Amino acid sequence: MEIIKHKHDAIVIGAGGSGLRATMGISQSNHSVACISKVFPTRSHTVAAQGGISGALGNMGEDDWRWHMYDTVKGSDWLGDQDSIEYMCKNAVESIIELEHFGVPFSRTEEGKIYQRPFGGMTTEYGKGIAQRTCAAADRTGHAILHTLYTQSLKNNVDFYIEYFVIDLVFENGKCVGVLAWCLDDGSIHLFQAHIVILATGGHGRTYQSSTSAHTCTGDGNGMVLRAGLPLMDMEFIQFHPTGIYGAGCLITEGARGEGGYLTNSEGERFMPKYAPNAKDLASRDVVSRAIQMEVNAGRGVGKEKDHALLHLEHLDASVIHEKLPGITETAKIFSGVDATKEPIPVIPTVHYNMGGTPTNHFTEVISDGTGTTVEGLMALGEGACVSVHGANRLGSNSLLDLIVFGKSAAERACEILDNKSKNHPDIKKSNIDSIISDFDRIRNSSGDISTAELRERMQKTMQRYAPVYRDEETLKKGIEIMKDLFNDFKNVSVSDKSLIWNTDLVETLELNNLLYQAMATLYSAYNRKESRGSHARDDFPDRDDKDWLKHTMVKIDKDGNNIFDYKPVKLETLTDEVETVKLKARTY
Amino acid sequence: MAKFTLPINSIVKKGKTYKLDDEPKNILTVEIYRYNPDDGSNPYIDTYILDKDNFGPMALDVLLYIKNKVDSTLSFRRSCREGICGSCSMNINGTNTLACILNIAEESHLKIYPLPHMPVVKDLVPDMKNFYKQYESIKPWLINNNKPKREHLQSQADREKLDGLIECVLCACCSTSCPSYWWNSDKYLGPASLLHAYRWIIDSRDTAKKERLSNLADKFKLFRCHTIMNCTKTCPKNLNPAKAISHIKTMLASE
Repeated sequence: MEIIKHKHDAIVIGAGGSGLRATMGISQSNHSVACISKVFPTRSHTVAAQGGISGALGNMGEDDWRWHMYDTVKGSDWLGDQDSIEYMCKNAVESIIELEHFGVPFSRTEEGKIYQRPFGGMTTEYGKGIAQRTCAAADRTGHAILHTLYTQSLKNNVDFYIEYFVIDLVFENGKCVGVLAWCLDDGSIHLFQAHIVILATGGHGRTYQSSTSAHTCTGDGNGMVLRAGLPLMDMEFIQFHPTGIYGAGCLITEGARGEGGYLTNSEGERFMPKYAPNAKDLASRDVVSRAIQMEVNAGRGVGKEKDHALLHLEHLDASVIHEKLPGITETAKIFSGVDATKEPIPVIPTVHYNMGGTPTNHFTEVISDGTGTTVEGLMALGEGACVSVHGANRLGSNSLLDLIVFGKSAAERACEILDNKSKNHPDIKKSNIDSIISDFDRIRNSSGDISTAELRERMQKTMQRYAPVYRDEETLKKGIEIMKDLFNDFKNVSVSDKSLIWNTDLVETLELNNLLYQAMATLYSAYNRKESRGSHARDDFPDRDDKDWLKHTMVKIDKDGNNIFDYKPVKLETLTDEVETVKLKARTY
Repeated sequence: MAKFTLPINSIVKKGKTYKLDDEPKNILTVEIYRYNPDDGSNPYIDTYILDKDNFGPMALDVLLYIKNKVDSTLSFRRSCREGICGSCSMNINGTNTLACILNIAEESHLKIYPLPHMPVVKDLVPDMKNFYKQYESIKPWLINNNKPKREHLQSQADREKLDGLIECVLCACCSTSCPSYWWNSDKYLGPASLLHAYRWIIDSRDTAKKERLSNLADKFKLFRCHTIMNCTKTCPKNLNPAKAISHIKTMLASE
């Protein structure tokens, strides 16, 4: 098989918000960069982000990045690293202003400033008031930001390799030196050599059956990381968004509640005040999702199956819905046949975001163990990474911020490293490439007795059933048993399409391999963590246990599906003395 | 010499028919354009006779069902499944649309083709390179050298002018429904790129209105639009590219 070779100083895998921001940043230096993506950039899942991007701009009332930091630490249930959180919140304003200068069409205040709306868990003065901190472009903020970042990359003449599927990372003596990729358009195989590989491949929402995530959210980079014998971190923390459309799973933004929407149960009761007396419907996502689940468990679920809740917007002024929430109004109409200006939308907690992923330090350099040893040549950011700013639960509108702030800083860090590096690319041993190609060929020619779609469906159903909002030892143990069989069944998979040109059967099979690794990591980590913290709610260990569990889980998965655990202490120290550590306390809203 | 017949290798032939084992209760007959670039053979139409009770209400649900349960070699683009990423644009029952937001609950027969008049890479996957290059050619980014410390101020009224334009998902449904674009896609920019051109022309923050307009003052780039309106009729996001184009024409005429 002929392999086409490319050499760049840096390559970025993935063209969502974080990948594009990093690519753009490096393209403005004198270092060469290429961005490789399995989808055209504006198809990346950042496009679906709705509500907004948080930052203490103070356009709609006094605000302070320290309050934002406090909210983020509390939202993370103290599992977030405070050095990274400080960095993110402090750099939010500058990063958002920069986006505006790039041309993002933010909604505006009467004075013509960027419009900001309230969002779950976002407060003023350390929990006292409700903050208006989330900068919005109606309810299509991700779309506005992603399209803008793509065109900025065009302006900076970035080298894109679009609709190239990255098969695996290439290592030489423990150092990441490039990737091997497959071009869908003509079926050719490419070796991209680089001094720095930046993974920006997104989350793995598709390990579950029902998810707000796109079909392409298969966490490919995380699969590659695990196959390379490196760990993932905090994989037990899966965020369930309280308001996925019942049945279809499409997202209804938290901004709907930010603009005044509220939830009710089958008795018409507005139940959130029972669970969060202060923040009510704007408590953080894990709290609201658990509240809906409790209502359903108590027999107060809505509908024939009594299994969901209702989100009300019909009391809002039609102009608010029209100006601030046009996208979800359209989505509600299409996917549940509901006119949101007249009747409530049926909603259910739906898998939405992965707090865990490839562990990095606050410079976004990938680390390989609990002491923070860096992996030379490898960086990671975005939803697929775990830096960790979201800890055990992410606050809404902090993800777009994560992408932009760390996208920018990853570019700066990469350039700094490249400035001090020899520009000679090392020779890569043929055997390192051959083993990746032979795995690829084996999968392409596999003709077992289970189809990719069937194995994937079994995995998704297993995750849905055995790693839900509320977990306990028995269900997780059962989940692990089943998943281990499915993991090992991958060798019995069959691929019908043998072509190399736009063979989506093979693409989905490679994605499934990545998903299975991550599903294993999630179940093992959830079973292992014997406490409840943020999105990880254990019926058998209902309390947070700071004595034993104020630490990040790191887990490796070997090729037989076995685990190796390690732990990393949570960084409670802040990055600078501009702010003090947010001290541990009970988390109530 | 102009050719008025299709080249022999692009005549669409009849393909296979797939039926379920059990007699379907709620029959949906789906015909899909197939093309395999590997074997050099002509494109063909495969027919799938399905039971609608087995899948969800959207056209994308039908395609996913076929791919997952009937024929995994079928190729098409898809991602968000909620009409925001623009991947799954195709021609269904004669109209360009996004498969993921087309409700087919009332249909009994579907004919699914790739976007018209685009080179086909495989099955329902067209080659979009020319479309993307045209988009790039209108410089779809903010041109303004002034970098204030804070955001550029923009009134709510000025911001409102961007509504109905910024929602474009670059699915290419409009451009590939336009007869002028079918004829002259090498020179005519097509409705999608022109809609974006207008989006930047009227952005109150942009300082390159003049250059943008003069860049479009060309008998092909802009004026191949003959107000046929297929673009507006077909847009799955209910945008109005024809109106944006007419605004550009008026601006050029009144300059």
